Amino acid sequence: MTDKALTIETLCKDRGPIRVLSDITLHVAPGERVALLGHNGAGKSTLIKSILGLIPTDGGTIRIGAAAPGSAQARRDTAYLPEAVSFHPALTGREQLTLFARLSGERADVPGLLERVGLADALDRRIGTYSKGMRQRLGLAQVLLGKPRVALLDEPTSGLDPISRQDLYAIIDELAGQGAAVLIASHALTEVEARTDRIAILRKGVKVADDTLANLSALAGLPIRLRVRARENADALAARLGGNRVNGASVELLCSPADKMEALRRIAAMGEAVADLEMTPPKLEDLYRHYARETVQ
Amino acid sequence: MTRFLAITRAEMLILRRNRWLLVATLIMVLFALALTFAGSAPTGTLGVDMLTVSVASMTTLSVYLAPLLALMISFDSIAGDVDRGSLALLLSYPSGRGEILLGKFTAHLAALAFAMTVGFGTAGAVAAWFGGAGPESLMALLRLILTSILLGAVFLALGYLLSALARGATAAAGLSAGLWLVFVVLYDLGLLGAVVMDQGGTFTRSVFPWVMVANPADAFRLWNIAATEGVAMASGMTGAAQALPVWAAPVSLLVWPVLGFVLAWAAFRRVEP
Repeated sequence: MTDKALTIETLCKDRGPIRVLSDITLHVAPGERVALLGHNGAGKSTLIKSILGLIPTDGGTIRIGAAAPGSAQARRDTAYLPEAVSFHPALTGREQLTLFARLSGERADVPGLLERVGLADALDRRIGTYSKGMRQRLGLAQVLLGKPRVALLDEPTSGLDPISRQDLYAIIDELAGQGAAVLIASHALTEVEARTDRIAILRKGVKVADDTLANLSALAGLPIRLRVRARENADALAARLGGNRVNGASVELLCSPADKMEALRRIAAMGEAVADLEMTPPKLEDLYRHYARETVQ
Repeated sequence: MTRFLAITRAEMLILRRNRWLLVATLIMVLFALALTFAGSAPTGTLGVDMLTVSVASMTTLSVYLAPLLALMISFDSIAGDVDRGSLALLLSYPSGRGEILLGKFTAHLAALAFAMTVGFGTAGAVAAWFGGAGPESLMALLRLILTSILLGAVFLALGYLLSALARGATAAAGLSAGLWLVFVVLYDLGLLGAVVMDQGGTFTRSVFPWVMVANPADAFRLWNIAATEGVAMASGMTGAAQALPVWAAPVSLLVWPVLGFVLAWAAFRRVEP
């Protein structure tokens, strides 16, 4: 167990009569990036706040390294980016980050960190004048303070423009490269897809999936979508391939990963009749929908 | 150990930048000066120097103003951070909740102390310059400043308590206004009503003074009045002060900040950000 930076075993949390987290078990190794996906109210933020020791839990254990959540050691080892983070509007970015550096007891290069997240120009401006994206970047800068063993990022991409998102994931990779276990709660499925090592899906407080994207796809058995464009007669092509006509000139067919090569061979054998072929593997969206909808056994 | 000082420093910056410190100090100076000049008339008839009369007037002022200023800073301290979502982040750092509260308290108390010292100090200096002062009236001025800071400390702590209990900063503001009204106005009115009803019975003679001194605002008034004969004369409030032992008012005013802070800390520990 000691090789795990973050260990969660059969964690439960009740809010009144409602069980908001039920038997959650999740391990994150140093350097691993895990995406935590789920609908609003699936329990993502509750899980993160439990890991931080901010709210009491009703069963199960959490360990950050070997430390209990909320202990001084655990708080030194964790970095946290809250969802839609906000700061006191009267302080400047430099002052706010200096406060966090002092609280964490680190000697930090505050201007350097702010430059790293692209806030070098706004260093001495009041946070009240910042845009939402800039506040999010400031939040990210404090995650980089010290060398966290566990980084918990709650919806880190909310309010960020596409270029900032790229920067964000570069920073996440850097964190993981330094050996931090990174847990990212997110809705932004498309980015998480390429940027994480493992995906855990929460549905109404229950973990319904926890694996790599490839394994999850295979397990779900979601079809690969092939779209074939006919050169002349789409109806004839549809009849021969057994798919559906989708517009004037194309045919769409679905096949399982195992049948993919067979289908491709058949299409290739048709020679000149086929003008173009487009192949779409199952997207994270499809997977997510599959696992988030599936009833729990 | 020095983590609470990091909080103190940030809070000081906030108070300075949002002009709270400037406004509070100005309010104190203006009110204190106005009372000193308006209240300088009875000097001749009572045979005390102008500073003594000024201190008596300012004591009455401070009973209202010190709690008000204190609550104005403290009501937002916890509820505001919860509203902004920054409390969860702050609590994920190694500093404990006690340290955070102590850091805020230190900064806020320092700001109050500054406003009180400058305000009462200016008015006192003006009164002494125009109407004379003696060692006794200077002591009274010093006592007024120190007890005003203590009274402010009480209501800072009570403000944190309400801020931790309230759902949101707006609710905390409302509760603070209610608290101020109860301690500073309604409590005394209630006691007055009880004394009138009792018509000089056991309640008036033995219970009333103790109930009165249990209120920090009244303890503040009693302490300042009982300690200086001149001030007591100028304020015309000697009866209640004589019915109690000398230590009653100071103990009340010294215990309240500690009690309030402990209560606020206990409430803060239960806050789930």
